[in-house]
Amino acid sequence: MSTVKKNEVREPLIHLSKRTSVNPVRAWAIRIAAIVLGLIVCGLVAFLLIEKLNAHPEKIGDFYTAFIKGSFSTSRKFWKFLKNIAILLCVSLALTPAFRMRFWNIGGEGQTLVGVLGAIAVDFYLGGKIPEWLLLILMFIAALLTGAVWGVIPALFRAKWGTNETLFTLMMNYVATFLVSYFLVIWVPSGSSSLGKLKYGKLPSIGNDYLLIILIVVALAVALYIYLNYTKHGYEINVVGESVRTAQYVGINEKKVIIRTMILSGALCGLAGYLIAAGLDQTVTTESAGGQGFTGIMVAWLGKFNPLAMILTAALIQLLNQGAAQISQDFDVSGAFPNVIVGIILFFIIGSEFFINYEIHFRGHHGLAEAGKEAVK
Amino acid sequence: MEKQLALQMRGITKSFGPVVANNHVDLDVYRGEILAVLGENGCGKTTLMNMIAGIYFPDEGQILIDGKEVVIRSPKDAFEHKIGMIHQHFKLVDLFTAAENVVLGTESKEKYNLKAVNAQVAQIAERYGFRLDPAKKIYDMSVSEKQTVEIIKVLYRGADILILDEPTAVLTPQEITRLFDVLRRMKEDGKSIIIITHKLNEVMEVSDRVAILRRGEHVATVNTAETSEAELTEMMVGKKIDLNIHRSTPVNAIPRLVVEDLNLYNAEGIHVLKDISFTANGGEILGIAGIAGSGQKELLESISGLQPVESGKITFYNPKKDRPVSFFHKSMKQVRALAAKGAFHDRNLNDVTFHGMSNKAVRKWVQNGDVLFREDEVMNLRDKTPLEIRQLGVHLSFVPEDRLGMGLVGSMDITDNMMLRSYRKGKLGFLNRKKPKAQAEEIIRELEVSTPGVSTPVRRLSGGNVQKVLVGREIAYTPKVLMAAYPVRGLDINSSYTIYNLLNRQKENGVAVIYVGEDLDVLLELCDRIMVINGGAVTGIVDARTTTKEEIGLLMTKTDERKEEDA
Repeated sequence: MSTVKKNEVREPLIHLSKRTSVNPVRAWAIRIAAIVLGLIVCGLVAFLLIEKLNAHPEKIGDFYTAFIKGSFSTSRKFWKFLKNIAILLCVSLALTPAFRMRFWNIGGEGQTLVGVLGAIAVDFYLGGKIPEWLLLILMFIAALLTGAVWGVIPALFRAKWGTNETLFTLMMNYVATFLVSYFLVIWVPSGSSSLGKLKYGKLPSIGNDYLLIILIVVALAVALYIYLNYTKHGYEINVVGESVRTAQYVGINEKKVIIRTMILSGALCGLAGYLIAAGLDQTVTTESAGGQGFTGIMVAWLGKFNPLAMILTAALIQLLNQGAAQISQDFDVSGAFPNVIVGIILFFIIGSEFFINYEIHFRGHHGLAEAGKEAVK
Repeated sequence: MEKQLALQMRGITKSFGPVVANNHVDLDVYRGEILAVLGENGCGKTTLMNMIAGIYFPDEGQILIDGKEVVIRSPKDAFEHKIGMIHQHFKLVDLFTAAENVVLGTESKEKYNLKAVNAQVAQIAERYGFRLDPAKKIYDMSVSEKQTVEIIKVLYRGADILILDEPTAVLTPQEITRLFDVLRRMKEDGKSIIIITHKLNEVMEVSDRVAILRRGEHVATVNTAETSEAELTEMMVGKKIDLNIHRSTPVNAIPRLVVEDLNLYNAEGIHVLKDISFTANGGEILGIAGIAGSGQKELLESISGLQPVESGKITFYNPKKDRPVSFFHKSMKQVRALAAKGAFHDRNLNDVTFHGMSNKAVRKWVQNGDVLFREDEVMNLRDKTPLEIRQLGVHLSFVPEDRLGMGLVGSMDITDNMMLRSYRKGKLGFLNRKKPKAQAEEIIRELEVSTPGVSTPVRRLSGGNVQKVLVGREIAYTPKVLMAAYPVRGLDINSSYTIYNLLNRQKENGVAVIYVGEDLDVLLELCDRIMVINGGAVTGIVDARTTTKEEIGLLMTKTDERKEEDA
């Protein structure tokens, strides 16, 4: 029709529309592009902030290789890399059932910490008095139990009185920290604030110190994947998460599911605490969980609550952390710098989700609309 | 007098991703006319109107007002061109009065002079024949009054072109008549009115011309006086459609579900169901009519065990006396438990206890049909959870109003949604997706669900297909009682008739069907009896074959004496 003319001049400059379907190849391309872009921005920021780089721009290559060096340069670093992934992944996996249920468990930090505390308490009182294998089992039970208790308390309150689980689980983190301080005061008699490494209650080394931990967590990832996707419990978690009304409609007792799932989530955090206590530290401090309860939340979100995908996201986060630490060492900058790097890259990764879900149209570009018409025809 | 063009749309195209919602649509609206825009769900009616109202911006094409090309970028632009849209979902502030809502957002200083505003609002209301108290708060208003406020809101801003998106969906027949009177008066006043609808009888009654859209394209615009419902349907759907519901006479209808003096208070302590009593018979469709929010939802939810009732009885009858026991609705454990209580006898009227018999022997005996019930089964459903009702062996199906929020899980695929009722089967903790998958495939085939496959999340399906999945699942449960709340809401004509036929087939199979509907024409054609409720109380149960729309309409607004005392 000849009278039809395009509104090219007056059309708004930018308008957004939600994509109706997400092409996975495109989605991954966007994510990878976001990481690359993030790394470039990191380079620019580093260039501005780091004197060593400023003076010697040719060293920018070292800046990027530090990311690889941080995790792969020595066999020790590599094993440490795997171990760190394992612990972080364990916490993220623990949070996943709760998140799938839309129960925002921000208390992974506290649940992990009481797990460490529970295991170390058993170690402290019974270490050396009973056989090592029995001690390890008792520590395991104590860690899972304390974690589960820490997880189920907010769930009970939510089921009974409808309290907000986000705030509740968050506050429980502080309680856990103070509980640890309290026991440290009791256990450590004179002035010194640290308990020191205990002699007993260490997980056996199979070939490598960290291998057992790694294997346990990999097994957990697979088991959790099966639990969430192929069991009745997992199905109930998904239904409750999507719609409490649907759950009630089909006769699922949503309170029971919430409580059961939080016992599991807390207990798995307790397991992470056990791995930290018996597998690595043999001691407890208020920093034993090391913020992984919070980082784990991010790992779980980025992995879309899919336990297998979370292996990759946990690895990515760890790679960034260790790379950034290596940079601060190589370039002699403050310990806060790694946080800047990690923050920038996460900003880009999270921002990329917007571009995956939305489409941006610029004025005068109707390419997609035309393509759509073709498709419909 | 020569008709004057008010609004022209020329070659309007709008796409959402790969979906073309409007493809080169041309539309003319004259001054002083009522134009009906007719089309099935998803044909692009609302998208087209949203572009006039400034909510969407067209990819291509022009909009002309009074012959001049305009750009409408926002609802504010639309108001400047004297265009006002009344949406399906009202946008009012509950705590404000009618007049306060009307002036809200206008820039005139006089909006703070409430007295003057009240007078102005009252004047507009009088001019067009609305009934409205300007000082009444929105939360005190009926749906029809809220709609009136919305219309006055756009008139107050001087709109000459009014767009109404499915305005009758929430009104009673009497209220619809009144609305149409008002629309005619506005038309005489020279306003242009565009009414979006898919109800043919309303189109015939109120409009001057009809524009028909199909799959985003403008099919034709015809003069209402020169067309017929059959012709319009054909243009709308693209093929001839049989618009009759084949209602059969109930064959030996027997009481199946009896509700007596049911009272329910909701979470806010409001008395939402008041002494409700009725009987739903097997082999019959019982319709429930009433203004939206009269307690329909609460009634169905309390029967299905989702709401704890205050008082009353809900009883399920299963006429089983001297009929053979089967494992169809009962497990081995339930059969044994009943036998122990002396519920069964054999062909010689001796007690059957199965004492000391193996499961295999019991199964064989029962399957031979030689174990008979002593009495009819009478089960109390009150204070039972949905799960307990299920465990009693009572097959009660419920198609809730909120399909994706209650009946289905949007993010799950068809197979997983099939499992919602049956996932507990099997002893181990693992799910068995084999049977649900077969069932999903069967429903897709039988009900012609258009979907890329069984593993597509149901949220991605269109409204009609979502409903087919839900109704299909509830029917696959082989119900004795089937309750459906607004099962055709938002569905196109084809899907609606598919659902009516499914309900009729269930009725012919002896199921007691309870159908909550809003379209009175359909209720009259589909149901055998119609129960009318208002304000949570039954105002009458009438024979659908002999009653009239007017009678039901009166019952829908009738207040009984008991309610007055309550208040």
